[in-house]
Amino acid sequence: MSDHNVASHETHSVRGYIFVFIALLAGTVLTVWASFIQFPSAEINIAVALTIATVKAFLVVAYFMHLISERKMIYLVMGFTAFFFAALMGLTIWSLAPNSLIHI
Amino acid sequence: MDFPYIVEPRRDTGLYNAKLGIWLFLASEVMLFGALFSAYVLLRVGAEPGMWPHGWLNVYIGTANTIVLITSSITTVMAWVSCKLRQYGRFKFYHALTILLAMTFVCIKSYEYHDKFTHFEITLANGKFADGHLVERSKDFDLEKKTGSVTIHGYEVDHEVELMDMHRPEARHLQREEITIPATEIKMMERYGPWHHTYLAIYFTLTALHAFHVICGAVVISFLWGPGTKMWRTDPERFTNRIEVSGLFWHFVDLVWIFLFPVLYLL
Repeated sequence: MSDHNVASHETHSVRGYIFVFIALLAGTVLTVWASFIQFPSAEINIAVALTIATVKAFLVVAYFMHLISERKMIYLVMGFTAFFFAALMGLTIWSLAPNSLIHI
Repeated sequence: MDFPYIVEPRRDTGLYNAKLGIWLFLASEVMLFGALFSAYVLLRVGAEPGMWPHGWLNVYIGTANTIVLITSSITTVMAWVSCKLRQYGRFKFYHALTILLAMTFVCIKSYEYHDKFTHFEITLANGKFADGHLVERSKDFDLEKKTGSVTIHGYEVDHEVELMDMHRPEARHLQREEITIPATEIKMMERYGPWHHTYLAIYFTLTALHAFHVICGAVVISFLWGPGTKMWRTDPERFTNRIEVSGLFWHFVDLVWIFLFPVLYLL
């Protein structure tokens, strides 16, 4: 890429970074605001907070860490990680069920 | 001896060494924090009904620290963009801000820790509980010998469970005042340290590990901002890669906090 193209590409990216930054700030305010609302059950409060956190995490990973435009090798590494992380959390939640096969 | 793929990417993976290395490291970090989040879930669900704390941390301080970290993420990415555009002055400016923001985060966290270590729950001989921040101990205060007295700024409650949910409407109306308690009336006195409650145990474990990552990241960024900039003059492309790799770590630190904040402060 020529110097001119690099400059043009990065200038375009900067707008995206600023947009993500504003979205993250808005997400933080939204999380705090939502935490003061009494939803019908505590589970809804937890789901709302974790959904906002997941969206914020996606913005950081996809745009600040450039995962959205990464190489296949990185997708492979993070795919394995996501699988094992999901398995860890899945087993944790499964272990809490009354008739679970996992005993804690 | 020259190592291959330090600057130029490998043809098959499209990655230079450090980039693959940092992503593999971050994968292991995901599992490290994942295990602790799993422990949090088990501790929270396993707590006796009504005995999991709410409102023990200051939401506004936590929000301020979240904003500090998010801001440091954009300054980090802007420092990398500046390197790509070969704007050395801007790189120095943005990463100076990153370092300042990292220090701000650690200072705020230290204040929160100090607040917890000066906060006491006192079990009284009459079965009631006093809770608050330490104001002073008399010079002859000795809990074992039952001499002297201690003064806290807080309140008294009849049952320990009343200290758990500070979001309750009744808890908001508790009047804080200075209470002096003679040692003879104290059955037990405990700081809000990690040993006080499983919530505090997992809070200190998660946030201390996270703060350790913040400090390590800040040390690396400070090196790259200071003595490490020599490489900018000799090999700017490789230096830019270093900024990218340190930035990936920094964004991960921000990412972990995005989940820690609601889990520990809000839910």
